[in-house]
Amino acid sequence: MFTQKILMSAITALCLTLVSNSSAALTIEEQKGLDISIEAKKRDLGWQDSMSDMQMLLRNKQGQESIREVKMKSLEVLNDGDKSLTTFNKPRDVKGTAFLSFSHPVVSDDQWLFLPALKRVKRISSRNKSGPFMGSEFAFEDLSSFEVEKYTYKYLGEEELNGLTNFKVEQYPVDENSGYTRRIVWLDTKEYRVHKIDFYDRKDSLLKTLTFSDYKQYLAKYWRADKQEMVNQQNGKSTVLTWSNYAFKTGLKESDFNRNSLKRAR
Amino acid sequence: MTVLLEIAVKTKFKGSVTAIAVCASMLLAQPLFAQEVASDIEFETTGNIALEQRYFSDEGLYPQQLSHSQSSLSIEAELYWQWNEGSDSVIFTPFYRIDSQDEERTHGDIRELAYVHASDDWELRLGIRKEFWGVTEFQHLVDVINQTDGVEDFDGEDKLGQQMVNLSLVNDWGIVDVFLLPGFRERTYAGEDGRLRGPLVVDDNMVSYESSAGQQHLDFALRWAHSIGDFDFGSYWFHGTNREAYLSPSLQTTTSDLTQYSLQQHYAQMDQLGVDVQATLGDWLWKFESIYRTTSIEDFVATQAGFEYSFIGVFDSNLDLGLLMEHSWDSRGEVELGEQGSLMQNDLFLGARLAFNDMQSSELLMGIGSDLDHNAFSFILEANRRFGDNFIASVDVRLLQSNDENDLLKSLNKDDHLQLSLAWYF
Repeated sequence: MFTQKILMSAITALCLTLVSNSSAALTIEEQKGLDISIEAKKRDLGWQDSMSDMQMLLRNKQGQESIREVKMKSLEVLNDGDKSLTTFNKPRDVKGTAFLSFSHPVVSDDQWLFLPALKRVKRISSRNKSGPFMGSEFAFEDLSSFEVEKYTYKYLGEEELNGLTNFKVEQYPVDENSGYTRRIVWLDTKEYRVHKIDFYDRKDSLLKTLTFSDYKQYLAKYWRADKQEMVNQQNGKSTVLTWSNYAFKTGLKESDFNRNSLKRAR
Repeated sequence: MTVLLEIAVKTKFKGSVTAIAVCASMLLAQPLFAQEVASDIEFETTGNIALEQRYFSDEGLYPQQLSHSQSSLSIEAELYWQWNEGSDSVIFTPFYRIDSQDEERTHGDIRELAYVHASDDWELRLGIRKEFWGVTEFQHLVDVINQTDGVEDFDGEDKLGQQMVNLSLVNDWGIVDVFLLPGFRERTYAGEDGRLRGPLVVDDNMVSYESSAGQQHLDFALRWAHSIGDFDFGSYWFHGTNREAYLSPSLQTTTSDLTQYSLQQHYAQMDQLGVDVQATLGDWLWKFESIYRTTSIEDFVATQAGFEYSFIGVFDSNLDLGLLMEHSWDSRGEVELGEQGSLMQNDLFLGARLAFNDMQSSELLMGIGSDLDHNAFSFILEANRRFGDNFIASVDVRLLQSNDENDLLKSLNKDDHLQLSLAWYF
């Protein structure tokens, strides 16, 4: 089982390398942008599964605050997008609501919602990428897993950020349903951790800025930022996302991500 | 307040849960020591208390009915225990409503009291539970396991808890659920003082069953559900007591000299085949439900089919707009008032759902139903919004209109109402 996973992980890494080499007719900047993104993805492969708690602090221009709490379980699926199960805890009125997603890098994701009041499982459209997640400044697409195929790239240069040398890479979403024309991403040259993302809306004006802080390393390999702050530059609202209780390789299986597990998710 | 509370050794719940846990472990032939079980039991409690106020624009059509205003208070709590990292759990959901006018609406129910054991590819669920089937919005045709708590609301979405043994098997080719359903629940109906009822009150003391086992008939259901790409399929066979009663007028002897009629309930045995399909294609959701029901009295086919289309971020904002259209059809066609049949024999429904995606999760839902065989309309509007962190306020408007003497809606002609509610979630 484990050797198989390691093997699959190696194959995925190899595939990523092939993607990089086979993409002909790219400019030097495009090639470098792609290579950096592939390297970042490669460094984050092989975590198998993870569990974590997420808290969101929503703040509007007047300073009013509201809290969201969710629990997340994810399963790494090699050569496809990851599977995830999200359970809502706060606000209280949505407690017990759960969301199951099978993401795919190119074709649309499969998503189901469990509504506890009616005990109803509802298949929902995954087209809604640009919409806000639980009224926050995070769109659904901002919370989905990073897949190389989701963007095309352009390397913009190096820049100092948080006392580290960063690659600055521009990403253009492939999906026409994305709410963005482009994102500019800062990744440090040492560990390929994302430190900042600027999001540009459909009219190509700066919409939001996301900053990552309090990075921790898990299993001596995987870096996760405990804190992510999204500031909407156009309306002054912000959302602070705090992660806790991260655990990897906890032994989650395919069977933890089906209709039955969705119905009893806690 | 954290939601999940580690049960300390001193909590009063420990004893009973441990007992259940031990029984369950014995049942599943997995010897566990009580101490071990108790040590990692997690307990949480949630629920809501809601205040509801209805205003009817007109006086009731029938003399005993309440005149304009009806208030009520409801509470639903959910107590939940889990152990073995969630593989075993017990849920208890009691519900109670007090109504100021309709004594039939003052009622309680155990919505859930069940033990669930989840394994990798199977799940066993024992006790009182709620099970929903279906994909459409304006009518839940294939949903058959639970009895409707008809006195709760007009839309029939509230259900009474159903006793069951349910084994769920997960296969590569879909999930198969087997249900054994002992103990039938009678539907709840508005009382004499209540609104939203026909001219005759349904008598809950005059109930008959086709089966000699009566309420104790053991019902059975087998369902298969699977997702293949963009399609979600469900199909089932149900054998047992019809959840819909055949209602017939009968003479009621009263203490006074006056003779009065009320409706007697007769629950027949039925066999029902059901199918539900949803295709999720980009912004389109295509939905189809159909049943074939056979009883000693009649055989019929009914369908509910339609679509939902979503516009994401309309008017350059965060608003999502969903447009819905569904059609209901029933092979029994138009029926005389008092005859058996469906109100939704050839009806068209249009709806619009607006989600504001704001901090308060504001939502607006509108729907119009129209009977294509004769002149009858219904209109619903539902709006809700969160206040603070724990309150939800809702406004519902329901308008019902019919010119056809044969239509049940005609007897609800004076029941247009506005409903306000405020719920506190804990």
